Amino acid sequence: MTPEPAIGAVLPERQYTPDNVQLMLYNASLWNGHRIHFDLPYATEVEGYPGLVLAGPMLGDWLHQTVDEWLGDAGMITSVSYSNRGATYVGETLTATAAVTAYDAASGALELEVGIRNEAGEVVAPGTIGATLFAAAD
Amino acid sequence: MTGLISAELLTNIGRQSKPQREIVTRRDIRKYAVATGNRQRKYLDGDVAPPMFHVPLFWDVVELDQLTPDGVSIDTLLPKFPLERAMAGGLDIEYLMPIRPGDWLTSVRTLTAIYEKAGRSGSLIFYEIIMDIRNDDDELVIREKTTRILR
Repeated sequence: MTPEPAIGAVLPERQYTPDNVQLMLYNASLWNGHRIHFDLPYATEVEGYPGLVLAGPMLGDWLHQTVDEWLGDAGMITSVSYSNRGATYVGETLTATAAVTAYDAASGALELEVGIRNEAGEVVAPGTIGATLFAAAD
Repeated sequence: MTGLISAELLTNIGRQSKPQREIVTRRDIRKYAVATGNRQRKYLDGDVAPPMFHVPLFWDVVELDQLTPDGVSIDTLLPKFPLERAMAGGLDIEYLMPIRPGDWLTSVRTLTAIYEKAGRSGSLIFYEIIMDIRNDDDELVIREKTTRILR
């Protein structure tokens, strides 16, 4: 699918409900041994979290996926800027959102506002993504 | 400003890590794509790396006795700060070239900024680290800036 960007266009959302296995595999793929991600008694009793904490960069990855699936082979992500504003936990369902905020048809440059929203409706990871649409083949 | 940041602390700006050179493998791309719930076949098959694949590629591999009791590796690039509690931070990444299996990539991390701001409940210290990732032709592939806040 070739995206037809219009400013204000809202991309399809995607929901994520990561479980212990996914969180373990994610941190294993990094070599991240931080106990708050896999040691429930430590996370709750020592650190005082309500559950196993989702890794911040995993939410960062999800910001990209919504845009990257929409772009398909018609373009590529060139930049991202985001922050993790609050902790999220195994058991939560998180929603990745994206909307086009700027588009320059001449250069193909796109800007999108992206975010990860929790079930309470709070944006726990707001950001912006820059992308470029490749010129259509003649 | 309460002047938490000493002149001595500022001398750490410009500190650089030793270059870290790693090879990209199809297997590592596949593992990362699966673990992040990616749905695109080109990533699940490891033909090309998804955005943020540099995060697992350059995560520090330290030995067990170098981990803190909570399982964290200590970032040796950082000096001792007068505030210790880390708050949420941010990432700014530029993607300049695609990453594929067989690519050798080298990262260098530089502590580029230390500054102070007044927060609602006292002073905050910010620091920034820029990681440049280059290929063997010395082309910049990814530039990532991490901003962390201490309170």
